[in-house]
This record gives sequence, C-alpha cells and structure tokens, in this order.
Amino acid sequence: MSLLDAMHLAFMQRALAAGVLIAVMSGLLGVFVVQRRLSFLGAGLAHAAFGGMGLGAFIIVSSGLLASGVGLLHHPLWIAAPFSLLAALAIAWVREHTRLSSDTAIGVFFAVSVALGVLFFSLIPPDVNLGLSLMDLLFGSILAVTGPDLAAIAVVAVVAVAFLLGVWGRLAYATFDDELARTDGVRARLLEYLLFACAALVIAVSSVVVGIILMAAYLVIPAASARLLARSLAQMTVLSVVLAVVTTVVGLGLSYLADVPSGSTIVLTQAALFLVAAVVSRS
Amino acid sequence: MHRVTVRLGEATVLQDVSFELAAGCFLAVVGPNGAGKSTLVKVALGLVTPQRGHAALFGVEAGAWPERIGYVPQLKTFDRSFPATALELVTTGLRRRWPARVGVGERELAYAALSRVGAEHLAKRQLARLSGGELQRAYLARALARRPELVLLDEPATGVDFLAEHDLYDLLEGYQRDTGATVVMVTHDLAAARYHADRVLVLNRQVHGFGTPDEVLCESCLERAFGHLGHHHALAF
Repeated sequence: MSLLDAMHLAFMQRALAAGVLIAVMSGLLGVFVVQRRLSFLGAGLAHAAFGGMGLGAFIIVSSGLLASGVGLLHHPLWIAAPFSLLAALAIAWVREHTRLSSDTAIGVFFAVSVALGVLFFSLIPPDVNLGLSLMDLLFGSILAVTGPDLAAIAVVAVVAVAFLLGVWGRLAYATFDDELARTDGVRARLLEYLLFACAALVIAVSSVVVGIILMAAYLVIPAASARLLARSLAQMTVLSVVLAVVTTVVGLGLSYLADVPSGSTIVLTQAALFLVAAVVSRS
Repeated sequence: MHRVTVRLGEATVLQDVSFELAAGCFLAVVGPNGAGKSTLVKVALGLVTPQRGHAALFGVEAGAWPERIGYVPQLKTFDRSFPATALELVTTGLRRRWPARVGVGERELAYAALSRVGAEHLAKRQLARLSGGELQRAYLARALARRPELVLLDEPATGVDFLAEHDLYDLLEGYQRDTGATVVMVTHDLAAARYHADRVLVLNRQVHGFGTPDEVLCESCLERAFGHLGHHHALAF
C-alpha cells in the first residue's frame, strides 16, 4: 500500500493529527525550554509522567476501574498528567526557594519518578491487560493513537498554544532578562510556574504518543535547529514550529515506508535537520 | 525613602536608610562594595520589599509606576545566546514586552532613542556582538525611549572606556536639561559624582552623608563609609 493510500486509514490520520498537534505544542514550548537552558526539564518531566503512569495504572487496576467499562477512565494519563503537573511545580518551587540549580532539582524528581513508576508497574499482576505496554510508554507508538488519546492531546494543544501565544511577549522578555522584565511589571515568577505547568501537561499527553525517552528530544531539537537559523526570537518561534511539524510529517512517512518505529524515525529526522541547520548557520 | 531596612538572609544590607530627593536632581549614590547600593536601586524599582520602612516614588509606593522610570541595570545578565537586536531591546522600553515585530511608530521612537545616544548604527546588530560600551548605549537608549521622569542607573560606566564614560555623563546631563527628569546613578567613581551630580548619597548599609558634593565628599564622611581607603579616594580627586 502506498503512503498516499495509507493516509486514508483511520489510524494513520489519527497518528498524523496527533503528531502535528504535538509538533506545534513542543515547537512553541521548545523555544523557551532551549533559551532558558531547561533542556533537561523535558527529560525530567517525561520521566515524571512515567512515574505518574505507573501510579495511574496501579490505581486503575487496584480500584476496579479497569472492569468498569468506562473507556476513558482506563487511561493512566488521568493520573499521570496531574502527577507531572505537581512534579513541575515542585521543581519550579525548589528552583526559586533553594540554592539548588535547575538540573539538580530536576535530577531529584527524575530519579524519584522513575523509581515510583517501576515500583507501581511491578505491583500490577502480569496477567492484567492495560492496553498499554511498558515499551509503548518508553518509546512511544504514534500509530497506536486512540480516539481518547487524540482528544486529550487536542485539548492540551488548544490550552498550551493559547497560553504560550498569549504570554509570548512577557515570557520572552523574562527569558531575555528576568530582572529587567520585573522592573517593567512582568510577573516573571508566576510566568515561570505557568511555563513549567504547561510543559508538564504537554509532556504528559505527548509522552503517550512519542514515548518518554524521545519526548525530550522533541522539545529540544526543533527549537535548537531554529535557534541556529534565526536572528530574532519571533523568527526562532515560527521556525521551531515549522521544523517540528515538517520533521514529524516526514518522519512519520519514512517510518511507514521503511516499516521502522515512528518515534525514533521522527527524532532522527529532526536530528538530520539539526545537522543541516548547523552547517547552514556556519556558512 | 523613610527608615528603609532590608535583610537578605542573616545579613542586614540596608539599615534605617532615609532621604528625600526633589524632582529634577542628579543624585550619585557612592559607597564601597557590598554597601547596599544596588539593593537601594532595587528597593526604588519595587523589586525588593523592605522589612521595615517604606520607599515611595512620585508620591506612591515604589514599583507602582514602571512606565515613569528608565532603568539601566548594572550587569548585562541576559543570555548572549538570545537572538535579539538592539532595536528589539530598545522597543522593550516602549512596549514593556518583548516585540514579536516592531511596528512603524515604535521603530521611529526606538531609532530616535538610539540616535540620542549615538547608536543608530547599532539598531540591527545582534546584542551578542556588541562591545561593552555599545551595549551600554543600547541599554541607555532603551531606558530613555519612554522619556522617563526618573532615570535609574546602576554603575553605568562598568566595562566602558574613558571617552564613552564621559559621553554617557554628557548624555545624561543633556537628557536631564531637556526634560527636567531626575537622575539617580550608582557609581564607584567619586570624581564623576563630584562633577556630574548635584546631590550625593554616601552609603555603607547606613547613610553616611547626603547633600551637595562639596558637603558630602569630604574626607571624614568618606572615611566613615569607606574606612581608611576613603582617605586615598578623597585625595585622588
């Protein structure tokens, strides 16, 4: 079956829609992640999502929700998203109120979340079918995106994009120079908390699709490529979104044609474009 | 400022600092390292809230009128990997937001501010590629772009060569003459304080002197604030 024919299949359409939505969100968010030197945040929050998924899966199984027949409630995302949100706010609080650096604060939550995830998944009896494998969580399975997955991604995408575009001028100013922005009445601390919260939700819903391991790359590589080519933050923002969307569509197509895992193909496509951007920017 | 006391952790950075500045003055704040000069500026900007006492600008609490203040920070703490031109930086002085694009009206005002500080040619240059003096001009243009009633400068001559430093003081005096604005400048340069300011505040956590340069920049006053070094400073200018 050709790629064009495959696009008529419902699962491919869902995969493409989910991929594009994630690309737009992570492209926009990535600009601030890269410029604020928070690249490790993506990895940290993705692993927080893993901890939340473990907790969510355990609660779903042990509370009998799995047998309730209410499809939406089967998904551990309902626990993972607020869990990631709490982890993100805790990281922001530690950054603000202690002398620990970002990477140290993130590293602590990273380790605790993975430990919790492994613990809770180990408590689930092996014969229980969650419809979600550990490998899917780690490496993603964009072609297996379900209707509820897509709905959750769409809702978070609308909220995240509206928030990031709405505060772009203030967030960019605070990213440039936090103190200078505060002298002009920008509530930089509040914006940082909101940025972390937004990142937590985006990463939690996206991790289901692109996987925990690859999510950090998704947040960093398009924005980093855009930084190499852009002369202004506005240019960087537009380029980051465009590069994220293009590499997602191309990567998805290549993964179908070569019959290889989609998440890694998308990230490798992004990496190839990063190399091109690095060469172009040097010349 | 009335009996302003600021503690950061265990340390008392400012203690019972009181002074009143009339509109249109050029105040130089001098004192040794760690005297609390930058903290005083942050109190005036509303960035630091005193534990005791209060600070008011234009008759209201400090920080209430950011658009009436032009601030030039001490250290250029921005991330040099941030993609930004001098024009965009100056536009933040007009908009108080980072510009996605600079409109026609804003561009004219920003160019006028850059022109005033002799930096029109820097408008399209990336900030990361500017020298210390050029960066200082861009920041000064940003501060003056909104035609503030109060200009606050925290050690503006840091990293600036001798000629650029004198240009800077001339610019500030010119702006003050044209607009009647108040200028408050933190400086280590006692000579600059003597020749350019009409009021001097000698600070070392407490106020050790406040008055005209002739009244305040005397050996005994400086010795109280600086210790023995004050004697050498006093002789130096």
